[in-house]
Amino acid sequence: MVNRRKNTPGTAGQRPTAPPGGRFTPPRGRSLPSVLMAMLIATPALANDAPDLVELKRLVHQDCGSCHGLTLKGGLGPDIRPQTIEHYDPDVLTGVILDGIEGTAMPPWRPLITEEEAIWIADYLLKGE
Amino acid sequence: MKALTHGLLTSVFLTAATLTPVGSMAEPTATGDLGLVIERAIGSVLLVDQSDRAALARIEGLGDLSHASLVYSPDERFAYVFGRDGGLTKVDIVKREIANRVVQAGNAIGGAISDDGTLVAVSNYEPGGVRIFDSVTLEMVLDIPTDSKTIGLVDAPGRRFVFTMWDTGETWIADLSGDDPKITKIKDMGENPYDALITANGRTYITGLFGEDGLTALDLWSDNPEPIRVLPGYGRGQQEMPVYKMPHLEGWAHTGDEFVLPAVGHHEILWVDAKSLTETGRTKTYGQPVFAMARPDGRQVWVNFAHPLNDTIQVVDTVTKEIIHEFKPGPAVLHMEFTPRGHEVWISVRDAGKVMIYDTHTFEKLHEIEADSPSGIFFTARAHRTGL
Repeated sequence: MVNRRKNTPGTAGQRPTAPPGGRFTPPRGRSLPSVLMAMLIATPALANDAPDLVELKRLVHQDCGSCHGLTLKGGLGPDIRPQTIEHYDPDVLTGVILDGIEGTAMPPWRPLITEEEAIWIADYLLKGE
Repeated sequence: MKALTHGLLTSVFLTAATLTPVGSMAEPTATGDLGLVIERAIGSVLLVDQSDRAALARIEGLGDLSHASLVYSPDERFAYVFGRDGGLTKVDIVKREIANRVVQAGNAIGGAISDDGTLVAVSNYEPGGVRIFDSVTLEMVLDIPTDSKTIGLVDAPGRRFVFTMWDTGETWIADLSGDDPKITKIKDMGENPYDALITANGRTYITGLFGEDGLTALDLWSDNPEPIRVLPGYGRGQQEMPVYKMPHLEGWAHTGDEFVLPAVGHHEILWVDAKSLTETGRTKTYGQPVFAMARPDGRQVWVNFAHPLNDTIQVVDTVTKEIIHEFKPGPAVLHMEFTPRGHEVWISVRDAGKVMIYDTHTFEKLHEIEADSPSGIFFTARAHRTGL
């Protein structure tokens, strides 16, 4: 582990941007749920076959990120960036995602996601963006 | 008489001349009804005005704010923002700019400011421990390694900080009131403490446990505080559910006679008598609670929930302990902040990209403010509260 003690140079004096007004566009995900819902209703077969990648990425960064950090560099849970977990077999990672690790804070995600989705997440974690 | 008037005028003129010319202070900024909203994904904070229900400015360049919080200086001018990446940023909300910034560790979780406003402390996961900084210069004045991920850092009266170790289950009290810092170590707080709170009077410190059902309290008024078990085995006989997000205790709910605390791995909130620390009730909730926060008058407790049930809020009446209102503000409700008198609550709804403002008496939605993935909301009134 790197012990970062140094103080990086400050960014004192940085100016704020203009007050929020019309130029702030809402995050892209804002209308996504309704779009997704429409897609799911229209094409259930497709939805079953192909995990929704946008939603899965959001899950990884926002919800796995609750413990592992938004950038996955770790928090209460460990660093799960590609360089840290590269020695793990994809199947092992998939199993950890689905069933958690007994005796730790890693919960089983099986109640919330499918096996296909867990396989995709394991692959995404190993490869990175 | 004429001479006297003339003399007075002269003295007024002279006095005025030695002060800052009024013209150079374009508009004085009162900060008492301002606040900051963390925009977690883009590393900025949004300065908001409570009375106007409006955003005033966005201040950028604060690093990784994915689990960020902040405290205010006693004069309500500066916010100290604690970023996940170990960044400690001092934001001047009058000038609306970053006044100073240091990256003090690799991975941080939160911070606190001493009662006299001179020291800012940060608790870190990596390297595990607490670092204490001069609030003016942000120069480190004390490094306290703990060999553990360190959580539940709060300020306590008497220039003290209290914090707890996730890995070793110890709570330490750092007393910086004298020339040399004194550290008191208390063992056996329990398995995997995940967060802690201190009551507004600075007397009781309570840490929640992830590794076992229960909480542990310390009486900080005692000369030798000993761990006091609270609700040991509260989930006994119940099916434990997976925990997809650790609850927070910082937004503790003290209703007058009772504390309200989120259960871990169970869909309920727990009521504890504030004096005896024994259970007085439970209320079943919609999901795994993340925050259970009392309106400042203590009459209501507002509860939000962990993924995947994080689109909902329930409001509990503290007299009957019953749920009196439930609504869905939108996807990913992350935080709630009451106005200091409790007439409004501001709610960040991350995936809607909005802060939503509700009347706490009628539950009517009053307004919403655009924000980029908003998380924590912090009004400046926190400056005058112990433990916030």
